[in-house]
Amino acid sequence: MRRLIRPAIAIAITVLLALLPELTISIPGVLPGPTYTVGTQQLLALCLLVGALAVTYDLLFGLTGLLSFGHALYFAVGVYGFAIALQVWHLAFLPAALATFGIGVAAAAVVGAISLRVEGISFAMVTLAFAQAGSLFVYRNFGGFTGGDEGLGLARADLPSSLLGVANTVNLYWLALAVAVLVYAAIAWLARSRAGRVMAAVRENELRVQVIGLRPYLVRWIAFVAAGSLATLVGMAYLLVQGGASPQVTTSSFTLSLLVMVVLGGVGARWGALVGGIVYTLLDQRLTVLAASSRVDSFPAVLRVPLSQPLFILGTLFVLVVLFLPGGLAGVSQRLRRQHEDGRSVLPDPDPEPTVSSLEGVG
Amino acid sequence: MSAVVLLLITALGLGALYFLVASGLSLIYGLMRVLNFAHGAFLTIGGYLGYTAGEHLTHGSASWPAFALMLLIGAASGAVFALLVEVLLIRRLYQREIEQVLVTVGVGLAAVALVNGAWGSDSRSLPVPAWTSRTTDVLGARVPNDQFVCIAAAVLVLAALLTMLHRTRYGLIIRAGVENRAMVTALGIDVRRAFTAVFVIGGAAAGLGGVLAALYNSSVSPGMGDALLIYAFIVVVIGGLGSIVGSLAAAVVVAVLQQFTNYYAVSGLGDFMVVLLLAAVLLVRPTGLFGRAS
Repeated sequence: MRRLIRPAIAIAITVLLALLPELTISIPGVLPGPTYTVGTQQLLALCLLVGALAVTYDLLFGLTGLLSFGHALYFAVGVYGFAIALQVWHLAFLPAALATFGIGVAAAAVVGAISLRVEGISFAMVTLAFAQAGSLFVYRNFGGFTGGDEGLGLARADLPSSLLGVANTVNLYWLALAVAVLVYAAIAWLARSRAGRVMAAVRENELRVQVIGLRPYLVRWIAFVAAGSLATLVGMAYLLVQGGASPQVTTSSFTLSLLVMVVLGGVGARWGALVGGIVYTLLDQRLTVLAASSRVDSFPAVLRVPLSQPLFILGTLFVLVVLFLPGGLAGVSQRLRRQHEDGRSVLPDPDPEPTVSSLEGVG
Repeated sequence: MSAVVLLLITALGLGALYFLVASGLSLIYGLMRVLNFAHGAFLTIGGYLGYTAGEHLTHGSASWPAFALMLLIGAASGAVFALLVEVLLIRRLYQREIEQVLVTVGVGLAAVALVNGAWGSDSRSLPVPAWTSRTTDVLGARVPNDQFVCIAAAVLVLAALLTMLHRTRYGLIIRAGVENRAMVTALGIDVRRAFTAVFVIGGAAAGLGGVLAALYNSSVSPGMGDALLIYAFIVVVIGGLGSIVGSLAAAVVVAVLQQFTNYYAVSGLGDFMVVLLLAAVLLVRPTGLFGRAS
């Protein structure tokens, strides 16, 4: 019976999310308007995509124990690659999408094969180096097709008509939901597969994995390529939802914000990473609106200055979570559930999610 | 010839800034195994408080004593901020290195955002002594004088660091801790005091670097610390984590490579080359040029 609860909850949430644009749900302060309005759909689409991206990062950091500072690169390949394939190479929509995905897989495969030759902090730095190279490429605008600081806008002619115009924002929302569900399901499947079990084992004790005759390098590489290609997929959807590419998504601070999301949600808990990404995006967007509101202007400077900076609030919140809520949001829910179960007779969880107890090999 | 001299001296000036950030990062990592992402914020705060002191002290160009005071205030504010971060946050997470790194990420985000809110996102020009905006003739090259200030400051910091590390008891404990922390603890020495010490030293060097970076760029901006931090990380890793001499050598190599490639090849290619150099060094020697296998 308990084995069926998780999938049932997941399906119920997916159905609810799919129906959201048809419903009239208002959450004042969290959403800018009722769920049938265009602005809210756009924001929700963004939340889902960033959440999915955080789940891909959790595959690396949470499941496999790989601390990468360059995950933004594969996302940026999706965002910029798709834009360039459409605008510079003048490919049709589907071939452009396939080509971009292919580039993302290839980039992750090559960079992964090289950077996984070293471990721990050196690995983090090599991935940072490659991502920084990508970021410089975009900012410096070598060859003149990334638009430099300005970024790239999508032209209407490049897109299928079902994704154009304000009336079709709901299609973009559904696209984002589909991508998020696909990414989540793919990673859940991978984590439960034999390879996924070995990934968790490599995180916990690499030596033992080697002793039983498995190859940690290969499994890490699979995780790296899977996370990178899925990030590329999310990036392509992100380009469509945002209607353009901005160079900010290539930076190392963007990768750091992914790390923040995963930790907020709870390292090693997939749904935690998803929720962490969604909460982060909502906070970021809504705090920006709050900062610009006239109510904040009337505060004295001691309050006004911190409140006008979303990143200050997010950074402080993050520090507090690390200090006082180890395990993030998922950790809180786990503790609540355990307290609840302690009252009744306790059955062991038949399918415990792997959680990170030690990541010593990473730092 | 004059172009080479000019490039070499400006590269040394840039390398001096890298060294000021990288030396602290390297000591902190060497002793505590923490990559300090708040180090850029130490630099930015030092730069901004030094700038604010300058605004109050002078109008237009600063006198030398006023500029010295600005440098001092920059270093002191970097040190105080680093001290607070270590005592209030890092110490609570003793021996949980991943969490410590995460806390520094949060502090870095929050502190830079706070600077952004308090002083605005636009860059502001720093009052500097008039001499630093002039040039000096060196072997036919007209070298901006601010380069000499940066280089001299880095040399002084290097001398002070080496003296401290090799001539004092604290330095002995820090060096021993970098070598083998468990052994130092086993000998009954409270190594946590050395943690605070490296944070304060690193914060002071970064804060000083903030005022000097403001001199180098002739302005302060909220993003200045994080822009330097990326290259400082690269310098530390190339040089070998935990090695001051390694940081020095790598700072010079990185800055020279960057300046020369940017000048003689395509502008912007130098930054690219540095990144490639990092990848190459790590793949050939994962512990960096001067690092020892841990």
